[in-house]
Amino acid sequence: MPFGQLLVEGLAIGACYGLFATAVVIVYKTSEVVNFAQGEMAMFSSFVAFHILTVYQWPFWLAFVITMVFSILLGVLIEYLFLRPAKHPSILGMIVITLGAEMLLMGLAGWKWGAEQKFFSLPLNPSVTYEPVKGMIVTNWAIAVFAVASVIMLLLYVFFKYTKLGVAMRATQQNKHAAKIMGIRTERVFSIAWGFSSLIGAVAGMFFASRATLDPAFMMEPFLRAFAAAVLGGLMSIPGVIIGGGLMGLIENFFGFYWPSWKPIVAFIVIILVLCVRPSGLFAKHYVKKV
Amino acid sequence: MDMKRDYYEDIRLFKSGVVLFWTIALLLFLFTLPLYAPNYHVYLLNIIMVHIILAVGLNILVGSTGQISLGHAGFFAIGAYGTALLMAKLQIPFVFAILAAAFIAAFFGFILGLPALRLEGPYLAIASLGFGLTIMHIIGGVDLFGGRMGVKVPPLDLGISQLGVAWVLKTDFQKYYLILIITILMVIGARNILKTRVGRSFVAIRDSDIAAEVIGVNLTVYKTLAFAVSAFYAGIAGGLFGFVLGFFDPFTFNMILSIIFLVMVVVGGLGTVSGGIMGACLITYLQYDLLKNIGEVPYFGAFMIDISQRWFTTVGLENFSSMAIGLIMIGIIIFEPLGMFGFWIRMKKYWMTWPF
Repeated sequence: MPFGQLLVEGLAIGACYGLFATAVVIVYKTSEVVNFAQGEMAMFSSFVAFHILTVYQWPFWLAFVITMVFSILLGVLIEYLFLRPAKHPSILGMIVITLGAEMLLMGLAGWKWGAEQKFFSLPLNPSVTYEPVKGMIVTNWAIAVFAVASVIMLLLYVFFKYTKLGVAMRATQQNKHAAKIMGIRTERVFSIAWGFSSLIGAVAGMFFASRATLDPAFMMEPFLRAFAAAVLGGLMSIPGVIIGGGLMGLIENFFGFYWPSWKPIVAFIVIILVLCVRPSGLFAKHYVKKV
Repeated sequence: MDMKRDYYEDIRLFKSGVVLFWTIALLLFLFTLPLYAPNYHVYLLNIIMVHIILAVGLNILVGSTGQISLGHAGFFAIGAYGTALLMAKLQIPFVFAILAAAFIAAFFGFILGLPALRLEGPYLAIASLGFGLTIMHIIGGVDLFGGRMGVKVPPLDLGISQLGVAWVLKTDFQKYYLILIITILMVIGARNILKTRVGRSFVAIRDSDIAAEVIGVNLTVYKTLAFAVSAFYAGIAGGLFGFVLGFFDPFTFNMILSIIFLVMVVVGGLGTVSGGIMGACLITYLQYDLLKNIGEVPYFGAFMIDISQRWFTTVGLENFSSMAIGLIMIGIIIFEPLGMFGFWIRMKKYWMTWPF
């Protein structure tokens, strides 16, 4: 495979990782929880879209809108039912709650749709490709990923910069107690953050599902790679995460081309190396723990 | 409640004569249990005991030292593959093979402990998770380890084949006694570790690593030691697990297994040996017996099958165990963060002070 091809493919899958990592980062920034259930939330939303498309045979865009609404509700519900009642949980407690939500969703999806692999396709004609530069074939899928990722990034930027809710979210990130005193309902902000991240995750999940197959465990490895991307970018900044996602996609694609059998583990090696060398990520400011 | 008046009282294995009596009664019960339990249940008991060893070891790391590990399936796999391959390929006797495998696992635990010096909380969870998955993929990708096809475990020969002494344990019934003795030794070992200087250092690191460093605990030594000890336990457990199963492949040791191990510790109770034991018993029983055969439970099983047919798929009903365990995980953190050990303490307190 030529160099240009690997580059485009790597950047496209990297944009997907970046998109998904953004979902992780939004939750981590607001509530300091690493949401291990993120992948399974996206998986469940993709299954809902799949169900609407194949069982009810509704058109794609209607299914897409319903799935988006569903994913927001799912995120808010998980925050409201599982995280809010826990009184001052430790970090381990938070991790266990999100892992529990992951197991719950995975079991529910397996019960409802079975463990066999299903095909999920976006309304993109896979045979249409473009070749702007010789040896650099761009698929429809890649274009869709780039377009959706840039639109979401732009919307997020506008949202966090100019809307009242976005400013409230940033205030909650900076100092929860001060934000509360200023009249921001921080609990509601957490719920909204979960809803947002679930929505972005669901979009990314549908892209992953259309690239591979759909089964209850299909988001596990993409989640870990996206998390590696988030760690590369520092878990705290959204632009850093996008760059981290691109880097991750490129590393994985080039590595996977030369050593295909070791492709699955490259993400973990990257995570461990980055965490050893720069625990706070490549782009984040170093932060000092309070005693 | 239990006031400790001197150091000797703190390090004693049995708190009082009553505890000693009940412990001996429990041991007698355990040693005669296979005589009146059906054969399948002996197999289940073997798995439970293997998980007890692992949960006790993991509790030293997670509960007592406060380091999160989601990669214990990796150490478990190292123990299982190490023991099976050392015995099958190099004809090393069982005792030495399982010890060697456990020490290899402990060495890898030490390696994982090195990044843990700089990481904490969610970062450490992800790094250890990555470690576990890397081990799984490496084992699956190298032909020496049987690749994706898995490994058939050699017969469990306690004798030394080089000297012509053979003592092969064939049935679950025979393996039960071997595993029981090893489990008892490992549990006593864990309890004693926690009572020594090393154990107190672990607890100090959990409560505040900076304060621990200030009072003279060497963080580098003790954090990596906690990982190594915990991995040693996982290695021993893995070695025995291989013999219980008879055959395993890399996907036996997947990420879900690591999560289940963590659940055992959290559900049982963090930082106590008995908590690990209780959690391992409960979760293993639920996973391998009750929830696996949920359709055969009287009344409730029929109800579940009915729901499955109406709303879900009947083939997917086996996934109910994963759902139930997920709910248990969430519920235990919300309602009883101390786990089953917390229940036990509260019950004890209630009855000790009873009419008041």
